[in-house]
Amino acid sequence: MSPADSRRNVAGRAIALPGNDIDTDRIIPARHLKSVTFEGLGEHVFGDERQAVPEHPFNRPRFQGASILVVGQNFGCGSSREHAPHALRLWGIRAIVGGSYGEIFFGNCTALGIPCLTAAPEELAWLMTEVERHPQRQLSVDLEAGEGRFGDRAFPVWLPAGPKSQLVSGTWNALGVLLEAGDTIERTAHALPYVAGY
Amino acid sequence: MAHTLLDKVWDAHTVRTLPSGQTQLLIGLHLVHEVTSPQAFQMLREAGLPVRMPGRTFATLDHIIPTTSQRRPFGDPLAEEMTVHLLRNCKDFGVPLFDLDSGRQGIVHVIGPELGLTQPGMTIACGDSHTSTHGAVGAIAFGIGTSQVRDVLASQCLAMTKPKLRQVRVEGQLSRGVYAKDVILTIIQRLGVKGGVGFAYEYAGSVFERMSMEERLTVCNMSIEGGARCGYVNPDETTFEYLRGRPYAPAGTAFDRAVPWWRGMATDTEASFDDVARLDGHTIAPVVTWGINPGQSVAVDERIPDPSLAPPEDRSTWHEALQFMGLEAGRPIVGTKVNVAFIGSCTNGRLSDLRAAAEVARGRRVAKDVRALVVPGSQQVAKAAETEGLHEVFRDAGFEWRQAGCSMCLGMNDDKLVGREVSASSSNRNFKGRQGSPTGRTLLMSPAMVAAAAVTGVVADVREVLR
Repeated sequence: MSPADSRRNVAGRAIALPGNDIDTDRIIPARHLKSVTFEGLGEHVFGDERQAVPEHPFNRPRFQGASILVVGQNFGCGSSREHAPHALRLWGIRAIVGGSYGEIFFGNCTALGIPCLTAAPEELAWLMTEVERHPQRQLSVDLEAGEGRFGDRAFPVWLPAGPKSQLVSGTWNALGVLLEAGDTIERTAHALPYVAGY
Repeated sequence: MAHTLLDKVWDAHTVRTLPSGQTQLLIGLHLVHEVTSPQAFQMLREAGLPVRMPGRTFATLDHIIPTTSQRRPFGDPLAEEMTVHLLRNCKDFGVPLFDLDSGRQGIVHVIGPELGLTQPGMTIACGDSHTSTHGAVGAIAFGIGTSQVRDVLASQCLAMTKPKLRQVRVEGQLSRGVYAKDVILTIIQRLGVKGGVGFAYEYAGSVFERMSMEERLTVCNMSIEGGARCGYVNPDETTFEYLRGRPYAPAGTAFDRAVPWWRGMATDTEASFDDVARLDGHTIAPVVTWGINPGQSVAVDERIPDPSLAPPEDRSTWHEALQFMGLEAGRPIVGTKVNVAFIGSCTNGRLSDLRAAAEVARGRRVAKDVRALVVPGSQQVAKAAETEGLHEVFRDAGFEWRQAGCSMCLGMNDDKLVGREVSASSSNRNFKGRQGSPTGRTLLMSPAMVAAAAVTGVVADVREVLR
């Protein structure tokens, strides 16, 4: 893998989205799922909320062009729709720093090469405030070192070992690795009575 | 060494350990629907890959189909396009499809168990978060995204990290008017909507042991609302009797050979858990949600809680929820006006759910200005209900009797809330905008409670209505 295919480091301007338990229906309402592709989802990210709240972070000029999203706890809970990370990606998001994540959303992000990093609550609270104050400043995350950096302050960020390895090695598209198992897949299946016949 | 069902299923399906340290897990049953699969099939086409095990893959239509008439072509051109894609993909890749004319179409999590596709000891995946439902028969079942749908289609495997296991024990006797929905809503309220992140839930104790399979399906369905990607009940006699005679369940002597294997997959008596949570069944009352996530609920005879009493980290969410819902802290939830009543969904769209709602609806009338719909979870549920005359009970009471689909649970077809309407709903999510209107409001409750709200026009205690 070339370094371009790794997510060892991600850096860019940040956008802060306060609040906990933000579900994937809010990220992309179901009516936008009526399509056989993921195209065009970027403009609808948080569509309903942005309509209702003109000062929504994703509407604000100061955050346009941001690529790292800072969120609270349990971000992306609910529906398994991969349309949610696609919508964020198409808007420009390349990495997320938050307190915790809905598990399916986390897996979907990883599969698209978007690291969902965890930071401690006090660091997040500080980061939310600072991003709001300095929207032009760079936020960087180093997956291997487990370090985030905003301005001159560094703070620990965390990613589970499996997804970290996938992102760093550039193998977040798991299919190639899964297919390498070859006929071990069939052998495992045929050892199961419900496949082989009871 | 004693093992849990999770351990045994995980080990039996482990293909190998991946370089990332994750498990390459074989998926024994892959269920597919029209919304999360088209991009996955397209990726297979682009890579020139076949579906690895088409015989272990089954598809149906549920999310986008209309419930007023299932006649094609659908009025909504986008729904029609998604249908055409699913049909073509199933044909091209050799995937069996329960189409509209099969008599077996329905919500994917209703038809899997109903057809006997879902069996104990399996791993089951589907591009839908409510795949946790299938854990009710003693399977490890979880929702996946579209990239993972591609992975399963092409390799029949997923790269997964084994979750931790929490046993959720509920002992005691449930009171009349308290249903499986109330049990799981209470669990989510106590353990929190993120309490289950990183865990699978094993539901154990006398309350679940006494439950029918359909009640267990309701409980496991909402595991994901508590943050747990999967939840299961150990297989027992109730499970085996439920499976006997179902079209895809083993038949005759094969069934007799299957039972010991199924029973052997259950958690051993001496097995230990990463965590155990206990609830007292007799303290559970009918539950209603007041907020914008399924953990924000109260017993029907309680008052809407004061955000100042919330845990500090939840306080702002509680304020936001009350503001969105237009509800006032300190007021009783009973008496809250509803505009719409929805009975259906993968949570509560099965025959026993319709019976419980019909018991309330029988001989009563839907309140003036309330729009009430009953949407059976599958064509087979609809047929069974019609054989019992439940459709007439509902129609006589002023409910609309619809055809099978996901319908107003997520409003991907024409069944949507309008404006700020308040819905009493037997579905699983009260998220902002979930039922098709960005400002629409959802109160989750059991099907019997929805029927009680429909006939009174307000949130009502079903125990009083039935008295």
